[in-house]
Amino acid sequence: MNIHEYQAKDILRAEGVPIPPGEVATTPDQVEAIAKKIGGMVVVKAQVHTGGRGKAGGVKLAKTPAEAKEIASKILGMKINGLTVYTVLVTSAADIATEAYVGIILDRATKKPVFMVSPAGGIDIEEVAAKTPEKILKLPIDTRYGLQPYQASELGFFLFDDVKKVRAASKIMMSLYQAFMKNDASLAEINPLVVTPAGEVLALDAKISVDDNALDRHPELVKLRDETAEEPSEVDARNSNLTFIKLDGDVGCVVNGAGLAMATMDLVKYYGGEPANFLDIGGSSNPEKVVNALRIITADPSVKVILFNIFGGITRTDDVANGIVTATKTNPLKIPIVIRLTGTNEEIAMKILQENGFSASSDMDEAVQKAVALAKGGKAA
Amino acid sequence: MSIFIDDSTTVIVQGITGRDGGFHTKQMLEYGTKIVGGVTPGKGGQTFENTVPVFNTVHEAVQATKANTSVIYVPPMYAADAIMEAADAGIRFIVAITEGVPVLDMTKVYPFVKEKGARLLGPNCPGLITPGKSKVGIIPGRICTPGNIGVVSRSGTLTYEVVYQLTRAGMGQSTCVGIGGDPINGTNFIDCLAAFEADPDTKAVAMMGEIGGTDEQEAAAFVKQHMKKPVVGFIAGQTAPPGRRMGHAGAIISGSSGTAAEKIEAFQSAGMGVAKRPIDFVELLRARM
Repeated sequence: MNIHEYQAKDILRAEGVPIPPGEVATTPDQVEAIAKKIGGMVVVKAQVHTGGRGKAGGVKLAKTPAEAKEIASKILGMKINGLTVYTVLVTSAADIATEAYVGIILDRATKKPVFMVSPAGGIDIEEVAAKTPEKILKLPIDTRYGLQPYQASELGFFLFDDVKKVRAASKIMMSLYQAFMKNDASLAEINPLVVTPAGEVLALDAKISVDDNALDRHPELVKLRDETAEEPSEVDARNSNLTFIKLDGDVGCVVNGAGLAMATMDLVKYYGGEPANFLDIGGSSNPEKVVNALRIITADPSVKVILFNIFGGITRTDDVANGIVTATKTNPLKIPIVIRLTGTNEEIAMKILQENGFSASSDMDEAVQKAVALAKGGKAA
Repeated sequence: MSIFIDDSTTVIVQGITGRDGGFHTKQMLEYGTKIVGGVTPGKGGQTFENTVPVFNTVHEAVQATKANTSVIYVPPMYAADAIMEAADAGIRFIVAITEGVPVLDMTKVYPFVKEKGARLLGPNCPGLITPGKSKVGIIPGRICTPGNIGVVSRSGTLTYEVVYQLTRAGMGQSTCVGIGGDPINGTNFIDCLAAFEADPDTKAVAMMGEIGGTDEQEAAAFVKQHMKKPVVGFIAGQTAPPGRRMGHAGAIISGSSGTAAEKIEAFQSAGMGVAKRPIDFVELLRARM
């Protein structure tokens, strides 16, 4: 789960990271009032879950409260990478002498959180890693012991020569690590970490992603979720305990298991079609899940055909068949459905489907080809 | 022969009295797996299905039964503790089925298990099966048949699909292993490939990877350098958008790394067969054996 910059900054501030004052607003008038309160030059920053906000015109400097208001009226409501801006952060603009990058990311190779720091901050760190890897120091941390002061100091010396700045930066590293661990983050970064002409070390931007698997033990973080920043169908799916990702095609897919769901989408593409979504109904055999899945998929007007691909292991295929029958009785389908199921209780499932006027196949390739043909408006093979 | 489990495998079930643990213990017993005990704190002294003794702790269970393997079905927030308990009690092979274990928990568990000298499979995995001998986990036994193809995969139902296609084509399996879809797991592709290479009963390997991370690329390099047996690979998620977690916590393209295209290219440059569809495994393996 991603949280907004202002939420990440609140978390880091609570851990003692020095961050210029700021407040969030949803209207230009609020922006003006906040700018007045902060005084001096301010930055108005779009709060959306995507990178490249600056390039898209979602981050702007304002010299006066009136200018801040005018800028806010342009940023609020604008779309950045398809996401509408509903909230902006108004923050005091700091003078910048140098910019550095500090981040912690969960590294799959070392199976540890890895600190990444670079004196080349303010830009995309992936670009720095690709072009000038010598400008990045990576340090894996054993979470059983945590970040040690000597390690924080080593990271600080990679960024600065001046001991005062090194100490300030090391303290920020310790705080960032605390925030990463306490909040079950998979990513926590400060980019840029700036030094002001007066020698102060400050975090100007912050990003935190939280491990979805850990949300059960963080009710306080669940509250930070901004559903307006997400696809409505995906919010609906999550509330129905389904894993759903909307795509641009027209073959709606209902599959059990993430790997098979991806393989099904790939097979749709292989046979010349385009998948409309990723959807994993999971391992349990709850007919309710099938009902919800059908509701969410058929709500998308671009979907021309529904494809079920169920391999019954723990999932009982008769439960899925019952779910299909129940769902289509209450909400009759306006588009064709192609069903493939095999595995646990296959014979019972086939019988249920036949008795209710559905046909089903036990072969994955056959079903996918049929669905693709139907989506293209042709007759089923 | 086979890898990791055979008919000498003796298993305790952690979370045996839970809904999932209970259901799958019955399935494993039916398949012939030697389930010698179960663990549920507070239910020690009971018996499961009138046959399997239940203990309060893994230490007690190991002392009483001499089990060498454990399978874990406890809820995600308790899974890390259960894995460490098993490793501390001297279990040599720990299979963690639980899905949804917080990844920072795994950063502590992984080195702990290593230091104890145990092997962890999973978490978030379907377990493994050596057809006709033993199954530990949730892979449906009836889709498998004994034979000489080793199967290793990051997914559950996709593994079943491929195994089902192989079985239908008359190609049996030596062992089928699901390593799990989490970003940090105990056993990776290379561990399984090395074991299959050393197993006299395995003649060829089917490997199903997916987007995210670099495990498949490293596996391809291993195949090129260290394997004589043929390996055929498949990557799920060729149509997955970047930056989105595709169900599995580990199935995510971060930035430009972890794409299906880069993994397929690694397979090709290692001289592996590349299955474009699950059904392609049958012909590609047959042609190489």
